[in-house]
Amino acid sequence: MKRLLGALLLLAAQASAEIPEAERRSGYHDMSPSVQAMQDDDMANPAMLWVLDGEKFWNQRQGAANESCADCHGEAARMAGVAARYPAFATDANAPVNLDQRINLCRTEQQKAPAFEYESRELLSLNALVSMQSREQQIAPPSDPRLLPFTQAGAEAFNRRQGQLNLSCAQCHEDNRGRKLAGATIPQAHPTGYPIYRLEWQSLGSLQRRLRNCLIGMRAEPYAYGAPEYVALELYLMKRAAGMPFEAPGVRP
Amino acid sequence: MDQALTRRRFLARSGAGAAGAALVSLMPFAPAEAAPDDLARAIKEVVGSARLNTGKVTLDIAPLVENGNTVPMKVMVESPMTAKDHVKAIHVFNEKNPQPYVLNATLGPRAGRAAIATHIKLRESQKIVAVAEFSDGTFWTAGADVIVTIAACVEDLLQ
Amino acid sequence: MTNALIRLPRSVKKGEVFEVKTLIQHPMETGFRAGTNGTTIPRDIIEEMICTYNGVEIFRMKLSSAIAANPYVSFHTVATESGTLYFRWTGDNGFKVEETARITVA
Ligand code: HEC
Ligand code: HEC
Repeated sequence: MKRLLGALLLLAAQASAEIPEAERRSGYHDMSPSVQAMQDDDMANPAMLWVLDGEKFWNQRQGAANESCADCHGEAARMAGVAARYPAFATDANAPVNLDQRINLCRTEQQKAPAFEYESRELLSLNALVSMQSREQQIAPPSDPRLLPFTQAGAEAFNRRQGQLNLSCAQCHEDNRGRKLAGATIPQAHPTGYPIYRLEWQSLGSLQRRLRNCLIGMRAEPYAYGAPEYVALELYLMKRAAGMPFEAPGVRP
Repeated sequence: MDQALTRRRFLARSGAGAAGAALVSLMPFAPAEAAPDDLARAIKEVVGSARLNTGKVTLDIAPLVENGNTVPMKVMVESPMTAKDHVKAIHVFNEKNPQPYVLNATLGPRAGRAAIATHIKLRESQKIVAVAEFSDGTFWTAGADVIVTIAACVEDLLQ
Repeated sequence: MTNALIRLPRSVKKGEVFEVKTLIQHPMETGFRAGTNGTTIPRDIIEEMICTYNGVEIFRMKLSSAIAANPYVSFHTVATESGTLYFRWTGDNGFKVEETARITVA
């Protein structure tokens, strides 16, 4: 947090070379046709194994309240559009929360059950199930004024040089987008497909896990899962991708 | 794991071609790799003294893959798939995984079409060979070379 | 519980060839990787998958550690009559998963 504040002061004025709307493209388009085909076919996309679990968890009564997600929310299909507008401001937490945190708020506040661990099978599965309902919908960040300072902090973090390599996210994802880095095409960093089945992980993982990988790549200290810094970055990434079609659960190399 | 990352970056910087090599040197294990000899031996074990003919088999695999952990692959064989004339089995081999015999699928006339698909692992750039075994005792083959690049900004392997 | 997904066409005509797609949750641990403490993670793979159609075997595949995690396998078969496709995956550590799917032949 100290670092975030320090850098905010230093670089608050830096303007980013934002990608014009017409040039925005999902990381999907930087993948080889065979990996694209894996994402396109629900039977070849291993993420669907998590969605299957998500359906199970959705209907399980849990916690002291002995209620299931379905008891309050009905069919998972009713979650259409939700993932496309998260993170959002949660009144019950008085803070912006991403979808994982929203689900965990329902765990603790509604079901009266212990929160799921980040990247646990349960949380990823439920997130995948909820996210899948927003497929093909446009990313639509809420215009909630309470989110503004956080989205702004995310924008600043995105443009701030950090880590031992002294790189910013923008230097790779905007200035060098489409170029090659050790065999990988540098994508524009749009959060359109999360959670993703990443071939590297051989597993489903969250956007925060992806960001963590980039921070490690920059030789910067990754934040703890759920840290407000990640939520701020997520908010900004969603704003940057506003209008793009949601494609979760995606496949990425 | 920072150390591995540095090494990876370093190797990766010395040229795109080094990316594959970087992956290999980073693998935290060193099993006896299947050498091309092992590949030939594994094929020989299946084919025996029969002749290996080129043709009839189509091996569909991307020539360049971003990550070797999950590589989609299809094998299609031209055959009427009748009781008298069909593909009995499809075998897939590779050159450089610790073990060269990737899979063996048993089919018959009930398959209707001799076509299978799966996802395989490739530790590095190498040759893949598909062999179809026909009901008349003949063997047909096709091969493909696959270049495996590596994903950038991967996670620390050991956390 | 291990998850397995099977996809068949909803209905097919007699004599038609259709594709069977399967996906199953499994780490397919090669037995060659090192774990956090430096020791090798023991091999844990699915070794075999079979499919029968109304009791008659129509497909069998031997898998190795070179098959990717969460194995995906697709194959074909001829629609003979309505009935059940039975799938069984077996492997290391007593792994055994069975699954069935209905097929309607019009
Ligand atoms: C050194 C260049 C580099 C930097 C700096 C970098 N990334 Fe990345 N990032 C990549 C590459 C390369 C990928 C593509 C994944 C791969 O194949 O490794 C990626 C992937 C992503 C993705 C996934 C996009 C998709 O299609 O799923 C997101 C989101 C992302 N980065 C965000 C960030 C953020 C936020 C930062 C700053 C904290 C950052 N990155 C810093 C290189 C970088
Ligand atoms: C006892 C009722 C109850 C249960 C059980 C419950 N929720 Fe909720 N959920 C709510 C309420 C109420 C809200 C709205 C909270 C708010 O906006 O302040 C909500 C909001 C949400 C949202 C955000 C919706 C939006 O439009 O922003 C998601 C996603 C969600 N729940 C998922 C889940 C999941 C997944 C489970 C099961 C693990 C679950 N909920 C269990 C009552 C419940």
